[in-house]
Amino acid sequence: MALWTLEVASRDALGAPAGSGRDPRGRAVEAEIRSLGWRDPPGVVVTALYFVRDPSGAVPRERIEEAARVLFSDPVTQTCAISVARDGGQGDGAQEDVAGSGGERGAALRETASHRATVLKRAGVMDPVEASAIRGLADLEIEGVEVRTAERFYFFGRELGADEREMLAAKVLSNPVIEEVCWDDEPVAPPFAVGGGSGAGRRDVRLAGLDDAALLEVSRQGQLSLNLEEMRAIESHFAGLGRDPTEAELETLAQTWSEHCCHKTFTGLIEHRRVEPGGAEKVERVDNLLRETIRRATDEVAAPWCLSVFHDNAGVIALDDELGISFKVETHNHPSAIEPYGGAGTGIGGVIRDTLGTGLGARPIVNTDVFCFGPPDLPWDRLPPGALHPLRVLRGVVSGVRDYGNRMGIPTASGALYFDERYVGNPLVFCGSVGVIPRDAIEKEVRPGDRIYVLGGRTGRDGIHGATFSSVELTEESEVVSSGAVQIGNAITEKKVLDVLLQARDRRLFRAVTDCGAGGFSSAVGEMGSDCGARVQLDRAPLKYQGLSATEIWISEAQERMVLAVPPGNADELEALARAEDVECVFIGEFTDTGRLALFHGEEQVGDLSMEFLHEGRPRTPIASVYRVPAVEPARYPAGVGPGAALHALLAAPNIASKEWVIRQYDHEVQGQSVLKPLQGPGRDGPGDAVAFTPRVDSDRAIVIACGMNPCYGDLDPYRMALSAVDEAVRNIVAAGGDPGRVALLDNFAWGNTRRPEILGGLVEAARGCRDAAIGLGAPFISGKDSLNNEFQAGGEAINIPPSLLISSISVIDDAHGLVSMDLKAAGNALILVGETLEELGGSHYFRHCGGRGGQAPGVDLPRARRLFARVFGAIRGGLIASAHDPSEGGLAVAVAEMAFAGRVGAELACADVPGARAIDRDDAVLFSESNSRLLLEVRPEHVDPVLEGFTDLPAAVVGRTIEERRLRVRGRDGSVVIDEDLDDLRRSWKRLSEWLVQ
Amino acid sequence: MTCRALVLRTAGTNCDLETAHALELAGAVAERVHVRALLDGGRRLDEFQILVLPGGFAYGDDLGAGTVLANQLRTRLRDALERFVADGRQVIGICNGFQVLVRLGVLPGAPGGIGEKEVSLVENESGRFEDRWVRLRAETSKCDLLERGEILEMPVAHAEGRLVVRDAELLEQLRENDQIALRYVDSDNDAGGGADPGYPANPNGSVDAIAGLTSPCGNVLGLMPHPERNLRALHHPEWTRRRVAGTTRDDWRLGDGYRIF
Repeated sequence: MALWTLEVASRDALGAPAGSGRDPRGRAVEAEIRSLGWRDPPGVVVTALYFVRDPSGAVPRERIEEAARVLFSDPVTQTCAISVARDGGQGDGAQEDVAGSGGERGAALRETASHRATVLKRAGVMDPVEASAIRGLADLEIEGVEVRTAERFYFFGRELGADEREMLAAKVLSNPVIEEVCWDDEPVAPPFAVGGGSGAGRRDVRLAGLDDAALLEVSRQGQLSLNLEEMRAIESHFAGLGRDPTEAELETLAQTWSEHCCHKTFTGLIEHRRVEPGGAEKVERVDNLLRETIRRATDEVAAPWCLSVFHDNAGVIALDDELGISFKVETHNHPSAIEPYGGAGTGIGGVIRDTLGTGLGARPIVNTDVFCFGPPDLPWDRLPPGALHPLRVLRGVVSGVRDYGNRMGIPTASGALYFDERYVGNPLVFCGSVGVIPRDAIEKEVRPGDRIYVLGGRTGRDGIHGATFSSVELTEESEVVSSGAVQIGNAITEKKVLDVLLQARDRRLFRAVTDCGAGGFSSAVGEMGSDCGARVQLDRAPLKYQGLSATEIWISEAQERMVLAVPPGNADELEALARAEDVECVFIGEFTDTGRLALFHGEEQVGDLSMEFLHEGRPRTPIASVYRVPAVEPARYPAGVGPGAALHALLAAPNIASKEWVIRQYDHEVQGQSVLKPLQGPGRDGPGDAVAFTPRVDSDRAIVIACGMNPCYGDLDPYRMALSAVDEAVRNIVAAGGDPGRVALLDNFAWGNTRRPEILGGLVEAARGCRDAAIGLGAPFISGKDSLNNEFQAGGEAINIPPSLLISSISVIDDAHGLVSMDLKAAGNALILVGETLEELGGSHYFRHCGGRGGQAPGVDLPRARRLFARVFGAIRGGLIASAHDPSEGGLAVAVAEMAFAGRVGAELACADVPGARAIDRDDAVLFSESNSRLLLEVRPEHVDPVLEGFTDLPAAVVGRTIEERRLRVRGRDGSVVIDEDLDDLRRSWKRLSEWLVQ
Repeated sequence: MTCRALVLRTAGTNCDLETAHALELAGAVAERVHVRALLDGGRRLDEFQILVLPGGFAYGDDLGAGTVLANQLRTRLRDALERFVADGRQVIGICNGFQVLVRLGVLPGAPGGIGEKEVSLVENESGRFEDRWVRLRAETSKCDLLERGEILEMPVAHAEGRLVVRDAELLEQLRENDQIALRYVDSDNDAGGGADPGYPANPNGSVDAIAGLTSPCGNVLGLMPHPERNLRALHHPEWTRRRVAGTTRDDWRLGDGYRIF
């Protein structure tokens, strides 16, 4: 046996920064160390390590040197030091640098550094680079080797104490969940063998005769997240059969009955108690909140262009007579809390598989992402134990989405970022995927006799118990006990799956497809075979390594796998197609007509479950819910902050500030369909309200995508929060020229621990807000998902996230030329505000950042909003509108400032002319109120009258004009100037956060 | 005669559809072919007049952008590729494709075809992936796909696009050979000859603001920006402004990027 170690360091080349010890990775690490607040941070150089294990020991050194030159390093910019240890020895001591001149580099690093830290991935944590390296080595005819990767950090400048090293290891260099750190001369042993385990088959779990406490203990010990009623139902089901369940059966039930998979709160029985401020109460029983609110809205709107709603992996609407558009948004919160990069990557990877698993497979064309984090500048002493710092979560999540989405070649273009301290221990990561699908491929069916194929990645121990893990609260221990729930993604494997799947779809080689998400095969096969039955031969599934038990294979959430139902006659063609694209496609069983889920491992039967019990047997126990209607506290306005200073503060507020740092890291134009970008205006930095894409090259039809979210209102009034989120999601579409009559919505409820009645109460109210707003605006829901139990427990205290409702929206327009951007276009135009400004500052950013309190959260006059949106759409389509923007967070003042600095065109505004201003006795209320259903429009002088004629029965008025001077000037109700600010200064405030994050 | 273009794809290629569309707009018959079909001998390079290596992340860009695919082409298709280049057929590498050509030594290349690896496309000076529109000036008169002095706008979207060269001598040689195909410029330097405009006009810190290279004979072009993403007015980030100003006319083939195809 020979173990080769290749260490790659960068060196000078012309054009590289002088002294390439300042490699970008090293600089980034130095910046992270500075962000810990260290006064005397060490200099850092980072090298890449590759361990190549040659079991035969027969590969000669020249071949490894060649590989170092052409594969592992770049001779122009890097050096590579090679050493070898044979038969478990310590190495030949001869570390030689190859691959170009400058060979002294590696030795110099070792000699001059005060410390070095080697960061290795833990056993079982796969780095996709390893598979690529093995492929490259095979092309060089070096076969039969294994590869592991690592990074090495060299520190310069001073000695580091043990406590400093420990802090660096945990906070900067590694994530202990997936990595380990070896300092200085500690032996470095790359973990190659990740197999092990018994490879066991059947294991029975004793339930017969257990009392309640013992049943709960079985659930807790097995991380099943099943409650007592569920455990009792399972016990009695198997008692009736005269046997105990097998481990695989119990796990299947736990996965299928998890909150994550079956939404037992949203579809359960809720006893909802509503208590008025005076004490009067009303108790109602809600039987299936989802059906009563979200689905009811869709039924009532009854839009003919809704092609598939709620029953598939994504909702589908019509693009035209031939194509449909699918849309799904998911959350991946708990994994992202523990391992932000991997958690977010698998989050986007998972929702893309929902697109691939919709109908017979949709082609993903856009990703969306919305994140909620703790404040990025949170002082370290406010960080609860067990939580990662929000800045680290932010950077990790953005990188995870970036690397997965960019590698898949899907533009990530629409999103939002929200910050609140209650997200510190429990960040929210929403990932969305939009796809395009032929309308004749939307329906799928499974027939008995169809073969079950698994397409794509191999099965390993990654992600065991993800579904049940996401259904419980996080604690400070979560990062320790749940490391198995962290999945590792490989975007390239998923891209290969996409390439095969869509070709197979177009040849109709399969009849149904779904993705392996939470619950792995158990959910995918259990769901596809629910109406007929299935027989699975678990030992046929291709494994990443040996030793997995039957149950592990069955519930593994290893990524990048799709399950297909394939008519036997098509099997050969499918296998040949997959082979031509280098993708594994393996026959693991068949669908049957037995109504049973039969699992085999070799000859042994490890499970035999009735599909009926699996899908219908879960007991529904009423859940308590209470909503205490809060008395509206009178508004207490900020004192001592002038409107100009307030505007600067608001523009710099994290929820409002530029997201350019995030947006530019995503490829938002790949596929060449982007016709309205997220960053708008001549400086390409204005915050667009929506993005648009033309899904076909032979048509100018466009889809317009946006979202709405307002956690700030949720504390005051969850019903109004929901109205606001829906209104915002629709008006963002309208602001870009989208058709409000063709808007479809998606709901994502991320809530605290709904086992607490008062938290569930808010959810019920918000769901009703969604229903009313969707019906009122004529915008149906087509898909949704909830993520409950977002509670973080630390130091005996439970921190629940704010009620967080994300509404995503998508619209279709006939002609992309009807789109409009938000940047002001030219001086000399009128600014028209449509919609009424009310004194609605409860939950506003103005109060939050400038020190106000109380007040009412904004409501929505639904019939009026619907008419208003239709008229704005008409005006835009008629070519009357030069730019449009949506006043939302920060109100009218922020909206006009954004339009002005995005367009490099000045603006003047008069508070007295704002519709509704007469009823308000304060300028700041007019400027910063976040009233819904308003749009600010830029209109050329000759179009002012035609535009206003469209709004004779609605609040609308000319409130200002665009000017040559690059300033924003606002007059108060009495005509005096209350804001007079330079546009560049305003833009600088707005960009401060993004520029800070860049460092 | 119809011109046949091969758009090479492999695991992680992701700009193949829009690149094929651009070639079709330009009148070629474009076929997206998996590298495996070439390696297995099922398809041959010499069936085609144009070879395009489109953007993406071939094999995840693991071990450095373009490395694994370049290694595969060098070890298993070197002769066919060398003949293709030496015959004077057209090769275009866009973004990841440019990275592959550089890693292979097809660019800057040698008069006979494939040369040594002498330049690299390394991590951006900013240390981050960035998607942003850039302004390019065609600098060479060697390459049929470009007209010296023309200004082209299109986006870049990459993390590893900073061109570095082995040494100053090589850079001088590239200039003398007229192999610098495209440079990043800012809007006051359309006439050329100016200094490196610096970030963000030069989005990655490339030496001499080089955005693209051509081979000694001019038949190979590699560039980091994406011409296939600016084929029509609607692709441009400022089309809504131009419409208001009355200066927009939208049709396929009217985007700057089309001129490359």
